Amino acid sequence: MSSVTETPGTGLPMSRINPKAIVRWTILFIGGVLMVTPLLYMFSTSLKTPGQIYDLRLIPSAPTLANYMEVLREGDFMRWFINSSIVAVVVTASNLFFDSLVGYTLAKFKFRGRRFVFIAILSTLMIPTEMLVIPWYLMSAQFGWLDTYWGIMFPGMTTAFGTFLMKQFFETVPDDFLEAARIDGMNEFTIWWKIAMPLVTPALSALAIFTFLGNWTAFFWPLIVTTSKELYTLPIGLTSFAVEQAIRWEMIMTGAALATIPTLVIFLVLQRFIVRGVMLAGLKG
Amino acid sequence: MATISLKNLTKTYGKVEVIHGIDLEIADGEFVVFVGPSGCGKSTTLRMVAGLEEVSGGEIRIGDRVVNELDPKQRNIAMVFQNYAIYPHMTVRENIAIGLYTQKLDKAEKARRVENAAEILGLTKFIDRRPAALSGGQRQRVAMGRAMVRDPAAFLFDEPLSNLDAQLRAQMRIEIKALHQRLGSTIAYVTHDQVEAMTMADRIVVMKDGHILQQGRPMEIYSNPVDVFTARFIGTPSMNVISSGQAGGEFGGDGGTPVLLGVRPQDLHVGPDAGEGHALSLSGPVTAVEPLGPETLVHFQLGDDTVIGTAPATEIPEVGSTVTAHAGRAHLHRFDAKTEKALERR
Ligand SMILES: Nc1ncnc2c1ncn2[C@@H]1O[C@H](COP(=O)(O)OP(=O)(O)OP(=O)(O)O)[C@@H](O)[C@H]1O
Ligand SMILES: [Mg+2]
Repeated sequence: MSSVTETPGTGLPMSRINPKAIVRWTILFIGGVLMVTPLLYMFSTSLKTPGQIYDLRLIPSAPTLANYMEVLREGDFMRWFINSSIVAVVVTASNLFFDSLVGYTLAKFKFRGRRFVFIAILSTLMIPTEMLVIPWYLMSAQFGWLDTYWGIMFPGMTTAFGTFLMKQFFETVPDDFLEAARIDGMNEFTIWWKIAMPLVTPALSALAIFTFLGNWTAFFWPLIVTTSKELYTLPIGLTSFAVEQAIRWEMIMTGAALATIPTLVIFLVLQRFIVRGVMLAGLKG
Repeated sequence: MATISLKNLTKTYGKVEVIHGIDLEIADGEFVVFVGPSGCGKSTTLRMVAGLEEVSGGEIRIGDRVVNELDPKQRNIAMVFQNYAIYPHMTVRENIAIGLYTQKLDKAEKARRVENAAEILGLTKFIDRRPAALSGGQRQRVAMGRAMVRDPAAFLFDEPLSNLDAQLRAQMRIEIKALHQRLGSTIAYVTHDQVEAMTMADRIVVMKDGHILQQGRPMEIYSNPVDVFTARFIGTPSMNVISSGQAGGEFGGDGGTPVLLGVRPQDLHVGPDAGEGHALSLSGPVTAVEPLGPETLVHFQLGDDTVIGTAPATEIPEVGSTVTAHAGRAHLHRFDAKTEKALERR
């Protein structure tokens, strides 16, 4: 709105509205509508009775929470919700810890083969998941990891992307901070944990959001590795729901609506940490 | 507190040697300032003492221990960086307390020491603020507080004031010096600002290209520089250096070989010769004048060179007019034309 200034008494001076701004705002508006509509329909459908679901009005004529009651009463849904939470939380914590530990080492220590290690890690980014699934499966079968939490989680416990992201951020941490801490007597692990990590909270928050969302919505691998209903994650559970229940859209939408709540919470909690420039405050003014 | 002793200290990066065998003894409680142009190896030397760079050759002692192989934390030194390097996610109190990280003190004693350091540095009012809410000078004081609380064997400063404005720098110079007198600490201080060196040092060490050119008390170096480089580096504006040919007169070396003749602007008085039999008289057209208040710097042309002299505040010459400047024999420095080394010590 910066290009539009209001002059007292005249309202909006039309001549001051920049045509470029109109185009920009229009595109953003259309984009926003496109993104939000499916979400709104999801919530809207979850509030409808089975008879109303093909009535495409956004605001249901007689909104009801009956679907929510039913989904939550249905024993398996809570179970899947908990499974997804365990998987997403553990994998996210693991990535925050290990990706940043490796990223920090690659960014701040000089050792033989550092470039090689880095390139080797990066190159795994180029292998598509579909190619990895068979080896993962064979490995899980041999180790007896099929149909276990560990089986669902192990492929994502660290990621090349996370390592790369953290390395890039740690490179922006000035060496002076680390050297000052060394002189003050901290050991290398403490320096990483107490000094370097707090300086990259924006990156950690971003990585946490990506990893959590990725694992919360993961479908392909959990579908393959789990066989018993008690170990399904939400996306698998909701799909089985759809099939078993002869496609009850209002139930699926209710499940999906409940499934989006944690992702919204995570995003709202973490996004305020993604503030740039925290680091500069300790250096020259 | 402790002595620091460097013996034939060298540093090589890859195949390039950047420090070529430095010998230096820093006495207990002495304030030693390293000066020299950018890239001469001041920081590298200091960082080797701190243990942040490996020693390539020679020996470093702190107190009576050889510390070559010791980690920084085992050397019991404190360092203040050019960028302050105070932690942005911690308050002033926490930042200062980090200096006590290795000390096994009870909580109350730690708190007392931190508050005491904050008090000395005038940070009490800001003690619960984060660095983002402090000015540059206050941040620098926090960095000093972190160094002070520990009572280290020696303080190392690497250009701590170069990010501050001129006024604050002048104030901090005095504060650091006062702090030194109060704590009686051994200090190694790196700067490329010769004013800092002159005003704070017990002893100045002038470095160039990885060598020590000269060391001594500030006035000793000022009045007795060993070569043209040191002569021009210490003192503002820089010493005028001209060839004896340009000076006329009988300044040449043995058998009349030409020498370089140095005279500080403060010793080269612009104005009429009062008939005191000055050893050196130079004249030329004025190219610029800089009135400083108490006196005026007069730049004038001498052959291809520009020479700077001083005139009294009341008699500022016109640009373009011709002036004559005089200096007494006692104020002349003679250097060998080839080696640029001083020809006599006074
Ligand atoms: N990591 C390094 N690898 C290679 N050469 C280096 C390295 N660090 C410093 N040098 C070289 O060593 C020399 C001394 O550097 P140093 O930082 O000690 O200079 P300085 O006197 O502190 O300069 P300044 O006043 O600019 O800080 C320089 O020529 C520099 O290029
Ligand atoms: Mg330096």
